Amino acid sequence: MSPLSSAGDAAAPEVEEAPRDEAREEMLEHLQRELGDAIVGTHLRPHDQLTVRVRNDAWVAAGELARDHLGCHFFDFLSAIDWKPSPWGRGEDDPTEPPPERPTEIVQGYAGGETRFQVFARVLNTRTNLGLVLKADVPDDRLEIASWVPVYAGADWHERETWEMYGITFVGHPNLVHIYLPGDFEGHPLRKDFPLLARMVKPWPGIADVEPMPGSDAGSDDGETAS
Amino acid sequence: MSAVSERDQLRYIAAQAADARVNLELETEGMTLSIGPQHPATHGTLRIVARLDGEQVIAAEPIMGYMHRGYEKLVEARTYPQINTLINRIDWLSSFANEVPFILAAEKLMEIEAPPRAQWIRTIFHELSRIANITLFLGDMGVQVGALTAVFYAFRDREFVLNLIESATGGRFHPNFDRIGGLKEDLPKGWIDETRAVMKRIRSFCDEMDDLLVGNEIFQARTRGIGVIPKEVGLSYGLSGANLRASGVDWDLRRDDKDIAMAWKHADFKVWTHPDGDSFARYWVRLQEVRESTRIIEQLLDGLPSGPIMAKVPRIIKVPEGEAYVQTENPLGVMGYYVVSKGDLGPFRVKIRSASFNNISITPWLLRGVYVPDAIAILGSLYFILGDIDR
Repeated sequence: MSPLSSAGDAAAPEVEEAPRDEAREEMLEHLQRELGDAIVGTHLRPHDQLTVRVRNDAWVAAGELARDHLGCHFFDFLSAIDWKPSPWGRGEDDPTEPPPERPTEIVQGYAGGETRFQVFARVLNTRTNLGLVLKADVPDDRLEIASWVPVYAGADWHERETWEMYGITFVGHPNLVHIYLPGDFEGHPLRKDFPLLARMVKPWPGIADVEPMPGSDAGSDDGETAS
Repeated sequence: MSAVSERDQLRYIAAQAADARVNLELETEGMTLSIGPQHPATHGTLRIVARLDGEQVIAAEPIMGYMHRGYEKLVEARTYPQINTLINRIDWLSSFANEVPFILAAEKLMEIEAPPRAQWIRTIFHELSRIANITLFLGDMGVQVGALTAVFYAFRDREFVLNLIESATGGRFHPNFDRIGGLKEDLPKGWIDETRAVMKRIRSFCDEMDDLLVGNEIFQARTRGIGVIPKEVGLSYGLSGANLRASGVDWDLRRDDKDIAMAWKHADFKVWTHPDGDSFARYWVRLQEVRESTRIIEQLLDGLPSGPIMAKVPRIIKVPEGEAYVQTENPLGVMGYYVVSKGDLGPFRVKIRSASFNNISITPWLLRGVYVPDAIAILGSLYFILGDIDR
């Protein structure tokens, strides 16, 4: 968790043929100017979304900057992603067959990443309707990140949810307790290695009985996804 | 943001200190009142544990999870068309509006766009869902302050809208009508004329609500100046929809999101705001929004383009790798889906940003220091659906 400037500069260029999006580029420039090498990855889809990945220790600074300099007063959401592929796929394996080979390689999404868990949040400027997705890696050996509650009051419940679903601790959160699950629940359900038990105890029936509809062309599906 | 809450806290403590001299002799102990999980004011099973001092709420803590269905986990084990059925059940009073941002996010990743006719019909149904949803609120808000008449009118007139949705989609509450690339079916014959008639009826319902509640002295006394949310606080908690517009924030995605593939840009409508930020303002803004919705629908029906309702999509829907976030202005507020795809039949991760979760997260701040009957009126005016909080 200490790649500094080199990765950030390499990740900056965007697709060139797309129409330019000056408003979001300006936001990105401002962030790069203020945060410097704390930005470790960026991704911009013109007229859609700006994603900026910051260093774990710059998470609160990035939030404050977005709020105070970019006018993103509106707190949209905060959550996390577990990038590890699920060992069970979609839970549709035939239990009588040996389990199929599945990729175990961790591939992160937009703006890159180095760790299995990433925290991401979106804030928005309601005057210009320009949003900003901020991401930060959470080190595998120490699942911790600073809390956003002092920056955005609404982060409170979102961090509680992320904590119980992923087991990521938000340092400085005033009341990190369960929000949905009962207090004695064990495990973190949204982690990819937490099995979806409904699919484990009984094989998914959807795969077995796909029959062509009467009158439809041979071998086609039920027409629901047709046309 | 926290500065405001601290100031309020200090003011409350000062008031308490002044009262303490009186209370010393009375020796009030305070009590814990559990509002819910089954309470008419909660639209589902939300429980609010309130610490009371006499009639005043000192601290309130909502307890959720009675209806947590784990949709963010379930969608990881389903294909995109299957997910459409699940997300119908998030905000069950306006199911069609839940489908729209998810389908748009999938379409964005696949780089397809629904044909114009499908976009217009989508927008019409989105607005119909809004009317069906908020009509109920307009009546139900009366119940929270003890006026029972309005809610019967609301149920009566909402039925006409639900019948419209049912006649076109086959489902009263869960239409499951949206498809990646377009819609399931075209509109039935005679539907457009019927819709025009219902829109007139909804407008007269709004006038009735104007007479029954908005102009009602008791209703105003119970809601004016109650539960005031300052603009900055609302923004920092991520409030959206009418709750935020009632605090004077002029932001509506239907007007401000220019890139979305929906037909709002072809309609002329006004975004209503109110400077007060109290329960009355939230009611008033929603009432105006229903009127605007009927106007949007009429305009879109006038200019409804002809053509196909389905774009060319592959038989088996595989969504290319990438991340997309689409949010729309739903009846309860902003609803968005952050879809992460790995090029598979189903998504890798979906973050469901539901409006009520953010809207209700302000309650510990908002209910501090209010009286219990007002707390009910405030919860009613914030207007949340439990399925939208618990997901």
